[in-house]
Amino acid sequence: MTLSILIWLPLATSLVAGRLPRAWIGRGAALGSLATMGVAISFLARFDTGRSGLQFVTNKVWIGALGIHYKLGIDGLNIALILLTTVLFSASLIWASYRDWDRPRIFYLHFGLAQSAVLGAFCAQDLALFVAFFDLMLIPFYFLIGMWGTGPDRVRATTKLVVYTLVGSFFMLAAAIATGVLASDQHGTPLTFVLSSLQHLPLSKTSQEWIFLCFAVAFLVKMPLVPFHGWLADGYKAMPVPAVAVFSGILSKVAAYGFLRIVLPLFPAATVHFQMLMLLVALLSILWGTAVAFTTNQARLVVAYSSVAQLGFITLGIFSLRPQGAQGALLQMVNHGLVTAPLFFIVAALAARAGGSEDLREMGGIAFRAPVLATLFLIVALATLAMPGSSNFIGEFLILLGVFKAKLVISAIAFTGVVGAAVYALRVFIGAMHNRVGPHVLSHDIEWREAVGLVPIVGVILVLAFYPQFVLKRTEPTVKASIAPAQMLSGDPPSARALADAGWTAYAPLKVASTP
Amino acid sequence: VNVLVAAHRAVHVAAGAHHLHGPHVDWVGLAPFVALSAGALIVLLIGLLNDAVARERVVPLFAITTIGVTVAFEIAHFHHHASIISGALAIDELALVLDLIIAVAALAVVLLSWRAVAPGESGHGEYYALLLFSVLGMEILVSSQNLVTLFIGIELLSIPLYVLCASEYRREGSLESGLKYLIIGSVGSATLVYGLAMVYGATGSTDFATIGAAVSQGKLTGGVLGDPLLLTGVGLVMVGFAFKASVAPFHQWTPDVYEGAPTPITAFMATATKTAALGVFLRFFDVAAIGAQNKWAPMLAALAAITIIVGNVGALGQSSLKRMLAYSGVAQAGYMLGGVVVGTQLGIEATVLYLMVYLAMNLCTFAVIVAVERGSPDGDDISSLRGLGARAPWLAWPMTIAMLALAGIPGTVGFIGKFQLIHSFVDGDYTWLAIVLVLGSMISLGYYLRVVATIWMVRMPAVLGGIAGRGVNGGPAGPGALAPIAGGSPDADLDETEWPSPERSVPYPEVVLVAIVFGGLSVLFGIIPSPLFHLAEHAGNAISGIF
Repeated sequence: MTLSILIWLPLATSLVAGRLPRAWIGRGAALGSLATMGVAISFLARFDTGRSGLQFVTNKVWIGALGIHYKLGIDGLNIALILLTTVLFSASLIWASYRDWDRPRIFYLHFGLAQSAVLGAFCAQDLALFVAFFDLMLIPFYFLIGMWGTGPDRVRATTKLVVYTLVGSFFMLAAAIATGVLASDQHGTPLTFVLSSLQHLPLSKTSQEWIFLCFAVAFLVKMPLVPFHGWLADGYKAMPVPAVAVFSGILSKVAAYGFLRIVLPLFPAATVHFQMLMLLVALLSILWGTAVAFTTNQARLVVAYSSVAQLGFITLGIFSLRPQGAQGALLQMVNHGLVTAPLFFIVAALAARAGGSEDLREMGGIAFRAPVLATLFLIVALATLAMPGSSNFIGEFLILLGVFKAKLVISAIAFTGVVGAAVYALRVFIGAMHNRVGPHVLSHDIEWREAVGLVPIVGVILVLAFYPQFVLKRTEPTVKASIAPAQMLSGDPPSARALADAGWTAYAPLKVASTP
Repeated sequence: VNVLVAAHRAVHVAAGAHHLHGPHVDWVGLAPFVALSAGALIVLLIGLLNDAVARERVVPLFAITTIGVTVAFEIAHFHHHASIISGALAIDELALVLDLIIAVAALAVVLLSWRAVAPGESGHGEYYALLLFSVLGMEILVSSQNLVTLFIGIELLSIPLYVLCASEYRREGSLESGLKYLIIGSVGSATLVYGLAMVYGATGSTDFATIGAAVSQGKLTGGVLGDPLLLTGVGLVMVGFAFKASVAPFHQWTPDVYEGAPTPITAFMATATKTAALGVFLRFFDVAAIGAQNKWAPMLAALAAITIIVGNVGALGQSSLKRMLAYSGVAQAGYMLGGVVVGTQLGIEATVLYLMVYLAMNLCTFAVIVAVERGSPDGDDISSLRGLGARAPWLAWPMTIAMLALAGIPGTVGFIGKFQLIHSFVDGDYTWLAIVLVLGSMISLGYYLRVVATIWMVRMPAVLGGIAGRGVNGGPAGPGALAPIAGGSPDADLDETEWPSPERSVPYPEVVLVAIVFGGLSVLFGIIPSPLFHLAEHAGNAISGIF
């Protein structure tokens, strides 16, 4: 079974589901998504944990004239994220299928396209293919927000989101093409965009630097981190709930994943050069996101800004350029996806009990008549604030450990973000669940149609809390290899095995050029 | 016409005096031109018939046949280079690929004109005959290897277009459009012919190959300014071409003319004329003047950059779709000009590739505009697209695809075209132009997405043109300024009108067919672009000898 099936199955099933009678379209699409999850699990089962190289490779020439390959593969970097994608999309689609949507055919078609594009971006092993999928995954969300979003400003919000992200993506497009062309120029080899080939054709430091900045803009906008977060509040407010769950849960991870997959291995010299800048951006995001999250009263925005802070942590871990930090970052990507998606479902459930308002001041006292919902919320909230015992705790711990080894001061300031998380997570929980009963609150316990999206994910959170090794074990060799070149250049020699996995010989000249 | 005269003379000589050896005429090479001229004349004659059916049905059918026969001749020529009329016209792959693009545009335009107002008002025979003559002019232009054929080609393509623009002569806008085009086109032609004369004066030849040899032998290298006569000549030629290709700052006529002209003719100008104009850019600058590339490339690069920015910024505030597309066409001309600037085979290939891509995207868009404006009181105003996604999905999907393709979204041909252009820029050491292209594409999102939003996200007001109406008009650039999209007043968004159910009947099947075919091709070639790359590579190989 090839990876192409995994990627295109969601789109195919959503097209087929569109032929069903209206009432069945959602269920058809949800089934398709579950089937995709099954395929992903089958890949996981056959995944060889100890290896760092690509597995299940599909490699075909896509555009021969440009040396672009349709190359897909799974390794430690993406295996967990692929699984996360299928889990969150399944949960969102099941949640959505219990509700009635205007023009359902197009709605589920966009969802299918989105899932296919995200899976494509995770699996792509060719730079041009990655850029294509990265841009493509945005388009369905443009329609999902504009056509099914909430609020009078939804069209404005969706335009803003798309313009912001595509502006970043276009920079990335130019940078990606330049990477291929310059690599072939500087080494006199034929044009190629295949990542594994590019890895052996390091660019000169000057080229790396501007290309790094272009990629960084694209990824930072997508996450978003702080100076690039202008679209965030409007976009998240306007998104329909299932869309915001997957957008916040997965799409932001594609950007963080892009750093690990593309930027660190291909542009190690520039990574080291801009390490401090990236750490500062990440730190700023942690502080800013935390501060806004505990001042805003919009429940949805609390989740949104907590995401900014969490993605700050993830970036911090990646750019610590230490194996612990990067491993923690990858684990945290999974953890954050798993907590943020249910939080949006919970916000929707809270709003349904508070007269339709997502304002914290309108809520309160909901737990009194909704013990099950409150329990689920508490589990997710404790995971969000990285309670010891949760997988998030391990993730943040590893990240801070990595940063501690690299830049002590940054690590010390970043600790305040951990404290802040406790403040905003508990504030939302207490404000919504306890306190005085809100003016329009009519509470009742969790309904079947609310539970279907929520309970499975909470289950996964609990499993991962007991067994985070599940992710760590599978990702370790690849993550180490991915950061090895940059780690070496930053003055901390990685293990011999990681160097060998990264194809160290290719970086030997660079090391000479930029050792301080 | 000149070709015909020459051909006639040759026939006479051959028939009348056996002992005289007339000049050798390569009838095989001339076949496409002869077929087009003969077809145009016959179309004109059929148009004189009294029978309305003959005029309305047979004329366009015959026009399609003529184009079909021409295309058949051209395809037969593939891989058979020929140089005809004493080297004045080259029938090589570059010419043939561009000819095919023009022919496809003409075919689509005949279909779009089928039940349009313009042919009825101006006379069916005349309308289609002028269209065919214009195609003939373009095909001569892209084949030209000589300053004289170049000028004949450019005039033969322009003069019928002046008339066609004014062919809806009971509508003021159409007349204005024709007149404006005539006056500005004449200025452009005058500039061009002046420049051609200077180039001739400096090099002593009208033949591209001889000019190229003279240029590269160092005529331009003497002194700081080189040869002032030649340099001025090349500059004026550049301006003349820039008028035709609507390159800023010589693009001022474009929005007005595009808006006023009958929409099928606008589609023709946007696609075929642009192809011919960029073809002649390639022919003149990358063949005749390639030896002086270091002199003209910076000038042309500056023009390209200005064009990209002016076009994209100009399109932002437009409420008329045709004006918006005019500016978008200006911007795209700027992108493609970059492929000329780099002066490499890759640049030529990228330009030709983008011309094909551009053809598909624009024909699809214009077909939708033709269909929509026929059934809407708002004409080509963007508000006539409101609720199209629910009303007429068969138009909405192609239009959406075309807009996303124009914006350069992956999975569509637009992405492939831009990818190859950026590739050629970076490869030709014009990375800064690639960045300008990228910046232009970012600005362009502002207006392409507005169209998509209007199609899918704005409800049809309960009463057409009611208070809520005209929400999507103008407004300055920037995401923040796009606020009124949701229907002008906030009420428009809150009104609980149901989405209209799709109309049962498809009103203009031939127009919808054009939209669906080219929308489909925009996606198909976006996913499987290799055939386009092969064609472009052939075109590039045709003049690869000079690099």
